[in-house]
Amino acid sequence: MLAIDGSFLDFKQLDLLALRQTPVHHLDPRAKVLTTFCFIVCVVSFDRYQISAMLPFLIYPAALMAVGDLPFGYILRKIIIVIPFALLVGLFNPIFDRQVLMQIGSLDIWGGWISCISILIRAILTASSAIILVAITGFPAIIEALEKLKMPKTFAIQLLFLYRYIFVLTDEGVRTARARQLRTFGNRGLGIRHFGSLVGHLLLRTWERAERIHMAMLARGFAGEVHSTRRQSHFGRAERLFMGGWITLFILLRLYNVPQLLGGLFTGTMP
Amino acid sequence: MHMADALVSPAVGGAFWAVAAGTIAYCSARVRKDLDDRKVPLMGVLGAFVFAVQMINFTIPATGSSGHLGGGLLLAILLGPSAAYLTIASVLMVQALFFADGGLLALGCNIFNLGVFPAFIAYPLIYKKLVGCEPRQTRMVTAAIIAAVVALQFGSLGVVLQTVASGVSALPFKAFLLLMQPIHLGIGVVEGVVTALVVSFIYQARPEILESVLKERPLGNMPTKSLLVAFLVATVLIGGVLSWFASENPDGLEWSIAKLTGSEELPETTAKRHTELANIQEKTAILPDYALPAVNDHDEGATRTATSKRVGTSLSGIVGGTITLVICTLIGVLLRKRTSAQQVK
Repeated sequence: MLAIDGSFLDFKQLDLLALRQTPVHHLDPRAKVLTTFCFIVCVVSFDRYQISAMLPFLIYPAALMAVGDLPFGYILRKIIIVIPFALLVGLFNPIFDRQVLMQIGSLDIWGGWISCISILIRAILTASSAIILVAITGFPAIIEALEKLKMPKTFAIQLLFLYRYIFVLTDEGVRTARARQLRTFGNRGLGIRHFGSLVGHLLLRTWERAERIHMAMLARGFAGEVHSTRRQSHFGRAERLFMGGWITLFILLRLYNVPQLLGGLFTGTMP
Repeated sequence: MHMADALVSPAVGGAFWAVAAGTIAYCSARVRKDLDDRKVPLMGVLGAFVFAVQMINFTIPATGSSGHLGGGLLLAILLGPSAAYLTIASVLMVQALFFADGGLLALGCNIFNLGVFPAFIAYPLIYKKLVGCEPRQTRMVTAAIIAAVVALQFGSLGVVLQTVASGVSALPFKAFLLLMQPIHLGIGVVEGVVTALVVSFIYQARPEILESVLKERPLGNMPTKSLLVAFLVATVLIGGVLSWFASENPDGLEWSIAKLTGSEELPETTAKRHTELANIQEKTAILPDYALPAVNDHDEGATRTATSKRVGTSLSGIVGGTITLVICTLIGVLLRKRTSAQQVK
């Protein structure tokens, strides 16, 4: 039960982080969305046995977390929740891929282990960049940016509506789950049969809520558009600098294996 | 299961992004043309409902473990294909952003796997056909179970194909398939039973909700022809991008194929698989002069040299990697200090 409430509160907190006032929060959302996308594509495009060249990419989440004043522990916790899903598949790699790619002393390192670590790093980088994007931009602003980037209006309205009612309905879901839990002993009453009518009732209430919302919208003259009153922003010099700088860096890091060069400098084995 | 960014390659992710964007545009146009603005709040609130339902777990009989409703098929039954597809896509997008569940590049794959199959195949071609125009309880239950199983089987097949085509995971196609399909058979049955229970509850309480969707003309009747055309376009697009990827990037598909055929332990099965692959390639080839065996010979040598090169450079990689990590952390800490200093001022 605590876990349910916890994950729900977590959800709210990420939204609150987007209200902070830092230089990166003030940037136009389009710049942040596009930069994050370039970041993910660059990370994902590496060879599956690549580890070292991916490490410098950590600079992007690290810098944004620092400048955006985001709590490190919170972001880390969110990433740790997601990683097992990717790692579940990655852990099969050492079983199927036993080609020796590396030797440390007499220890043979299989390609599978290397690609498994590579998947772990990919998961950390991509998950952190997505969560940080929301934490420094906010969901409505991301949708606005995507709409400006030619996402269909109907879909944008759908996303904004969904976002508005997630908080209301998850609250209701949590309350329902708690009420049921308080009335059960052990696993009794938690089965499928009661779940059906429980969720059915929730669905009926939801349906009626939608009807009420629709009437309220009509009363206020809804004509197929949702007007948002978020920060007004335009794509200016700061945005061009942010996007240009980061994307140049990503391309350079993608082309040159910086840790390899650095390591070569220190160990004296220039490739 | 959601596809993750960590397992997807840019070519696969990009191709499915294009497919998802196209289908979303198509469905948006259809919903807009429908001019039923009652649907606008309904879609939004039902999307949020899916999140709410996922907060409520139930115990699965005979296993003792607990599960929750996926909701794709339920949305299709309540909203009809196009509106349900948009709703599912929006739910997945929120999951990708707020929980990093799946990821942004893999979002296209996830929308395809979890949206297209329940909304455009399981619901219109199976559930609706089985239920007919006058729904009855037993029929609805069987139809929901079959539809959910089919949707989830296709969905997990999608995950397997996308993962194997991406080439980040070393899981062979067959092993992954044998792992995923039975699991999703179980999940599909549970999803179907729960969906059926909810739907029959709604049917008893407010039958007009379900009847209005079933009888609806503009959304209820899927034009089979345009559906087929859309699938054809998607297949060609994906096939095209994949084969381009296979010939351009020797580290991805070809590399794994070379490794499959290059290993000495299983000469018979690999040879068979090789010819199978070649056959498939011949059938689906877009670039006709793309010859698999020749690539293989060339690649075996390349692989060996690449391996020795890799072993040689690994030491400096480890040293340099550690230094990079330290530098990244330092920059982060310094920036953080500057930011908090500014805020104190």
